[in-house]
Formats: sequence, structure tokens, C-alpha cells
Amino acid sequence: MTARSKSAHREPLVRIVKRGDISTRKAWCIRALAALGAVLTGALLILALGHNPGPVYGQMIIGALGSKTALTETIKKAIPLLGAAIAIAPAFKMKFWNIGAEGQIMAGAIAASYFALFHGQSLPRPVLLLVMMAAALAAGALWGVIPALFKARWGTNETLFTLMLNYIILGFERYLQNGPWKKPSSGGFPKIAMFGESAKLPRLFGVHIGWIFVLVLVVAMTVYLYRSKHGYEIAVVGESEPTARYAGMNVARIIIRTMLLSGAIAGLVGFLQVSGANYTLTENTAGGIGFTAITVAWLAKLNPVVMVFIASLLAILQKGSGRIQTEFLIPASAAEVLTGIILFFMLGCEFFINYRLILRPGKERKHG
Amino acid sequence: MDSVINLLVAAVLAGTPLLLGTLGEILTEKSGNLNLGVEGIMFMGGVAGLAGAYYYERLVQSPSGAVAVLIAIACAFACGAFGSLIFSLLTVTLRANQNVTGLALTIFGTGFANFFGEVMASRSESGYAAVGDVIKSAFLGIRIPVLSDIPVLGKLLFSYNILVYLAVVIALAMAWFLKHSRKGLCLRAVGENPQTADAAGINVTRCKYAATCIGGGICGIGGMYVVMVTCGGIWVHNCVDGKGWIAVALVIFAMWSPARALIGSLVFGALSIMRLYVSLGIPTQLYDTLPYVATVVVLIFVSFKHRRENQPPAALGTPYFREER
Repeated sequence: MTARSKSAHREPLVRIVKRGDISTRKAWCIRALAALGAVLTGALLILALGHNPGPVYGQMIIGALGSKTALTETIKKAIPLLGAAIAIAPAFKMKFWNIGAEGQIMAGAIAASYFALFHGQSLPRPVLLLVMMAAALAAGALWGVIPALFKARWGTNETLFTLMLNYIILGFERYLQNGPWKKPSSGGFPKIAMFGESAKLPRLFGVHIGWIFVLVLVVAMTVYLYRSKHGYEIAVVGESEPTARYAGMNVARIIIRTMLLSGAIAGLVGFLQVSGANYTLTENTAGGIGFTAITVAWLAKLNPVVMVFIASLLAILQKGSGRIQTEFLIPASAAEVLTGIILFFMLGCEFFINYRLILRPGKERKHG
Repeated sequence: MDSVINLLVAAVLAGTPLLLGTLGEILTEKSGNLNLGVEGIMFMGGVAGLAGAYYYERLVQSPSGAVAVLIAIACAFACGAFGSLIFSLLTVTLRANQNVTGLALTIFGTGFANFFGEVMASRSESGYAAVGDVIKSAFLGIRIPVLSDIPVLGKLLFSYNILVYLAVVIALAMAWFLKHSRKGLCLRAVGENPQTADAAGINVTRCKYAATCIGGGICGIGGMYVVMVTCGGIWVHNCVDGKGWIAVALVIFAMWSPARALIGSLVFGALSIMRLYVSLGIPTQLYDTLPYVATVVVLIFVSFKHRRENQPPAALGTPYFREER
């Protein structure tokens, strides 16, 4: 593939050899180099727009971490990203490409909102919050298990199925917002009413307690994936379905069970969004979190602990890009561009961790 | 009768970007690459096509519509191919996971397009990134002297913009290419069984790169259609809005056949605009989900029926590493 030699019999210019083992230090060095490459590519883009990359990056960090309010906002952005990434982890480990976390978040949010809007007065606060949470878990699980059932029974392509469910539930939310759930006074810009006080999650250290939820989830998911029988089964199904079947595992059951869990956690994120962050339901409640979370999960190699850092990094990018929009008039979509660039570099660098390039012996000799 | 014709014409207009996206992805998938970045690539092509026409308009004194169309097509194709080149580089050469790389490309492409769309808008005097009337009208329907005046047929066949005909030509050409040309045969071999193709002396890597990049270019033109025709030559934030994903689904609906993609995109185009013509008594927002519901139904239906000719390329989504046989 990399053969560029002119005559067919010469040794190719570059040979690719699988590395048997690579020290953790060297692997992280390669990843750090890739991250640096992404930052430099981003800097080139900023330069091309006629700005000095240094101050732009600086303002980005100040905008995300520079003050207590900024830090709170950044954490508020990191919470759903981390939660959704944890939701995706078991499914992806099973090689079930659940790109429907976006919709599962929305399903949970809608279910939680139902109780907040229509039973907010009649229930005491702790009961109401628990009911909202339970409803969100159930709705997320339901929205996640539908494609799993079809996958398990008929092998229906789950990537597209989960994706389409995102758009269907979004349409349903728009319908609620414009029709039955519309706040009467909102006129030409239909909105759903703000939640009452009893439907709002309490705060701790200035941020809604969703952060405790997701940190607990990090620990729980780590144990579940790496220390439990279920986690082992998920790993086996992910590696090879025939092996799992041969070992006597009920693959269909594992797929369904895992997607119930994955969807439920995503639904919980929806609950945290409406009850903790926004205090209402909008069509942006999921707002691309489900998609970004996929990249968080993958970059972290599906390791929940690493996800904490990746989710924080992307949250800093998102919050910081708001700042550079006001400071330098650089559009906030820069966050997505930079996220994309980082992803490309990170995805690409894995190759150099797994393989070694050997140049054809000649004038120069290099081992990469 | 009139409203039926209007519905059909509107369906063709709404289905064309889907058709272009689908065709690009069919070519890509025939090489065994499952590129989930169609949405992002369409975005990239969209903004590049607009930028090409927009800056051409500002550079010359009296812009010509035809030249603007050509520039927009070329820019959209190049930018779409560039997006796919990133994908190929990562998945074919650097062996990254295709699903995740595709998603990353969607995130990147969406951001890329909104970013440059907004940069263009913020630097224009009006605050909008929009082309003038001359170029806008070049993307409107054509008029052929005699043919367009035929009562019903004229409107049904000879009233569209030039990109619609381009899309149909691409579909027919691709159908012929895949079935009847030697290169097409090679490409299908790579998608079905890269080991065998490699053993037969086909350059698998080159095939995958070429198919994916050309496919991405075609998707890019689809995105340009959204910006120049559907939105009327102005940058609208998030304008592609899921059309790329519908295209990915349409590939399955069409069962990897360019000819069937023609029918599929017409059906999905009709579904997406039908609420303006036919009232089913359901709310608008739910009406808008019909294409997605239809996609799910198709997905389920396809998975029920396992006919040999309806199956995806056997090696779709699985990477090929010569050293790891």
C-alpha cells in the first residue's frame, strides 16, 4: 500500500510492522505530539483569519476557567458530555454503534418534563425529583432498546436506526413545544413554561448536583465494565459474536440488556439537563451532546476515568469559543472545528502507537 | 391534477440533494468504506460552493451565471473530496475506525461550514453571505424554448435547475460504470473481497481512495445544492440539517444501486415536502419526521429480507490490511 518503488522487486520505501508492545510512556508521548499537532493546526487556522493564535487561545482558556462564573458554566457543559459518554461506553464496547444518545437524552428530558410541568404542584419536591428521574431513566431505556430488539432479532443496522430515532424524537419535542405543551403567553415564539421551584435540582458548590451523579456513574461504570460478569460478556460480544455464542452466552439478551442500560443513562442526562441546567425543555436540550459524547467516549478508549478529562477538555473548548466570539468576532463554531481537528489527530496517532514504520535501508536510516 | 404535478416537481427539487448525497455514498461504500461523514461533507461542499460563487461575483465586474454555476460545482466537489480525503487517509492508510472517523468528519464538517459561512457573513457589508440576483437566477429552473412549453411534460421534465439534470446524469453514468466497465468491476471486487482483488493485481488502496474522494465530491455538490437552490444562495446556519444522514439511509433503501437511488430520493423528497400539498391531519412537526420514520421502516424491511442481490458489499466497514491476513 505504501509501496512507491519504481521497480516491482525493490523493497518498498516504507514497511509497516505491528508493534508487539509499546511502553505507556512512549504511547502517551505520541498522543501528546498529536495533541500538539492539533493545537498547531488550529493556530494556522486562526492565523489565516488574521488573528494572533497566542492571545486567541489565551482568551479561550480565560473564558473557560478564568472566573468562578466561567468555571461553573464550563462544568455545566462538561456534566452532560461526561454522562452521555458513559452512556455510550458499554454499547460501543459491545461494538453496538449507538449514535442515538442524542435522542435518548431527549426522550429522558421529555419524560422528566412531563412530570415537572403537569405534576409539579401536587408532589413534594423529593418525590417529584425522584419520579422525574425514574421517568427519564425509563424513557431513555425505551428509546435505546427499540433498535436493540431489532438488532438482536433480525440484525437490523443499529447505526442508522438509532440515528433516525434522534430525528423522530426531536420532531416529537417540536410538536409538544408548538402544540399541547406550549406556554399560552409565548405567542409567536412557542416555548414550554419554566419549571416550578420544586422541579429544579439543588446545587452544591454553585453547580447543580448533576456533577455528583456523573462522578458516581464514572466509578460505577468502571466497575461494571472492568470488574463485573456483565462487563466481561459485553467485551466478548464486542470482540467476536461467534465466540460469545460458542461460550454459551445469550448474545441477544446481552445486546438488549446493554442498550437498556445505555439508553437509561442517556435518559438520566436528559433529566439533568432539564432539571439542573435549563429548568425547561427546548429543542436544544440535547443540542448535539449525544454526538460529541461519542467522540469523548472513543478518545478515552471507553475508559470512564479518562472520559472525565476529555469531557472537561471539550467543555473548555466550547465555553472558550463563546469568549473568542465576543472578543475577536471569531464564530463560536470554531469549537466544532477544533474538536474535529483534535479528533482527526487523535484517531490518526493510534496508528503510530500500534505500528512501527521501517524505512528502506539506504542513505538515511530511521526508526519511527 | 395541477397539484399532483406541483407535488412531483417539488419532490424532484427536494429529492435532488438527497440523490447526490446518496450517489456519492454508494460509490464510497462500493469500495468497502462506510463513510458516515456524508452530513459533514455535504456541509463542506455547501459552504465551498457558496464561497466560490460569492467571491467570483465580487471579483469580476459583470458575473456570468453559467460561470458561477461551474465554479460552485468545482469548489463544492473539491471541498467534498477534501473531506473524504481526510477520511481515507485516516481509515485506509492510518487504519482508524470507520464509524468514529465518519462521525468526527461530520462534527468537523458541520463546524467548518458554519464557521466559514459566518466568517463570510460577518465580513460582508450586508451581514449576510448571499449571492446576487444574476447568480441566484442561474440556479433557478431552465427554460428550453419548445420543450418547456409542452403542457404537462414540459413542467415535469424540462423545468428544473441544471443541477437536477446533472444529478440524473451522474446516477445513470454511475449505474453504467458499476455494472459495465472494467474499473467498476474492480471497484466492486475491492468492496466485496479486498484480499481477492489484491491477489488479482488490483491496487486496493488506490481504488478505495479514488472511490471515496470522488464519492465525497458528489456529496459535496449535493450540499451545494442545498445552499444555492433550497436556501436561495444564502448561508443559513445548519442548513444541511440531517439531509446527509437521510442520504446514508437512502443508500440502504436503494440497496446500493444508483438507479434505485433515483426512485428512493424522489420518494424521500416527496415525503419531506408533502405536508405543503397533502394534509393528513397530523401536526406539521410530526409530518416532518415522516422521512425518518420511512427510513426506519425500510431498514427493518431490508433486514427481514435477505436476498443476495440486495446485500451490502461484503467487506463494507471492515478495513483491509494486507499484512494481517
